Amino acid sequence: MQAKRKRSLAATIALLPTWIAAIFVYIGTMVWSVRLSFTDSTIFPSSNYVGFAQYVRLFRNSRWLASLENVLIFGLLYVAGCLALGFVLAAALDRKVRFESVFRTIFLYPYAMSFVVTGLIWQWMLNPTLGIQATVRAFGWQGFVFDWIVNRDMAIYTVVFAGVWQGAGLVMVIALSGMRGISEEQWKAAQIDGIPVWRIYLSIILPQLGPALAASGMLLSMGVIKTYDLIVAQTGGGPGYSTEVPAKFIMDNLFERQNLGLASAGATVLVLSVVMAVAPFRYALAMRARRRGAH
Amino acid sequence: MTTRPHSRGPKPSRLSVGQVGFYAFLILSALFFLLPLYTMLVTSLKSMEEIRQGHIFALPATVDFDAWKTAWSGACMGTQCLGVRIGFWNSIKITVPAVVVSVSIGAINGYALSLWRPKGSNLLFGLLMAGGLIPYQIFLYPLVRLLANLSLYNSVAGVVLVHVIFGLPLVTLLFRNYFVAIPEELCKAARVDGAGFWRIFLEIMLPMSVPMVVVASIFQFTGIWNDFLIGLVFAGRDNLPMTVQLNNIVNTTMGERAYNVNMAATILTAVVPLAIYFFSGRWFLRGVAAGAVKG
Repeated sequence: MQAKRKRSLAATIALLPTWIAAIFVYIGTMVWSVRLSFTDSTIFPSSNYVGFAQYVRLFRNSRWLASLENVLIFGLLYVAGCLALGFVLAAALDRKVRFESVFRTIFLYPYAMSFVVTGLIWQWMLNPTLGIQATVRAFGWQGFVFDWIVNRDMAIYTVVFAGVWQGAGLVMVIALSGMRGISEEQWKAAQIDGIPVWRIYLSIILPQLGPALAASGMLLSMGVIKTYDLIVAQTGGGPGYSTEVPAKFIMDNLFERQNLGLASAGATVLVLSVVMAVAPFRYALAMRARRRGAH
Repeated sequence: MTTRPHSRGPKPSRLSVGQVGFYAFLILSALFFLLPLYTMLVTSLKSMEEIRQGHIFALPATVDFDAWKTAWSGACMGTQCLGVRIGFWNSIKITVPAVVVSVSIGAINGYALSLWRPKGSNLLFGLLMAGGLIPYQIFLYPLVRLLANLSLYNSVAGVVLVHVIFGLPLVTLLFRNYFVAIPEELCKAARVDGAGFWRIFLEIMLPMSVPMVVVASIFQFTGIWNDFLIGLVFAGRDNLPMTVQLNNIVNTTMGERAYNVNMAATILTAVVPLAIYFFSGRWFLRGVAAGAVKG
């Protein structure tokens, strides 16, 4: 009895640093930030409570509203783009392809690079006076216009390009490994029935990859809310604030504009939105696990 | 990840129209993925005069490595002109200890949580998983204050600590899932033989988990090397990692932008994770898949 307690004591001690991190950092700082969001803190934290005033201010701030709209556009197109392109690339590689590993390597390499690097590369390619637009014009098509990165209405879509370029390979890898796990019999059966290959991928393979694709979609979505460095490197949030995102809005107000209260309110809104997005998903997973356990 | 060389469809006996189209798609996609890398490379080898002429995709007329030299040891960040090599060494100083510490703690956590399960294990694991999903912005300001009080703010040790804390959820998850699959009898038998918590870990579990250690280390190394936000907030002027320095060099230079130097600096920043990606191949894939499917 004594010996057993001693052993589990070692396990408890081994987990102590993680407990400290979880309690002080994950919970402690979050509670602190949420508290700050109810104060009139500017450069230094204040304990002067102002209720929901910061939240009211936040949602009257056109820059914040623009950032929400941008992150929604970016997020939807980025996740959809990565899933679609990744799935198509995986399906293509799943056929009998020569140099499969070369193609796979090429499609995934951007994922190994940082968002800063990705943003800078695309900033360079899309530069209207020197990049793609200039090249096409130099070929003789003088009226060619591709200035999205400096165009308020289009700049956010250039960030989508960069994002999909960076992330599609991840979906490809996950989808491809899923496809390799699908039994040969299903293929034979479908081919005997004379179903065209693209139909097989769409109606038979895609549904079976659902969970894997949902998981990667989930992962990409989590990245969307954190999107910061890509924007900073590629557009700096501009032109104007046409590519501003919430993470950047919060960072600017925390460390440059000295709006601690406002930034904390923004961060709290972000956390709430993550909780609202994740909770039903996790709940469904837990329910399914329980049901499976009952069988 | 099983990537058996196993493919679908009929053997390509002759080149049909469909196959031509199919390869055309793959090659076009490969070009889309390679174009940015190619553009960076050729730009970094051109002189500024040639860049001004505006053929961004043209091969350099004369290959010139000056930009690389400048990027490495002379590019300016504000008034400091020391190149990205400063950031390179800072990134090494940050990444290496952060990977070693986070993987060690993650392995111990995974082992303790799966094979010993002391009191509160489930709660701690739940906290970690929730913490891993929450946007960093809510932790940042209080964490800055916390580290300032511990005199760790603006120091390498501080950044390392923050990386370790934010890396814990994923590394712990990876190791927990790995150790959960190990038969409990092994642990029990060792316990009967009188081995304690640490001896079982060091002599049995750690040697068994070498593949996971490699995967987790690669995953953490690329992740921490590519980080921007944590380095920006916690490192302080003298310890900025390469990504932050790169962005400062490219996006805040006065006067005419030295695009060739910028692109050389960008490639230099991407080289380390790319090298890991190319040389570790399957290990990198396993890390990505493990992180993605279970995230």
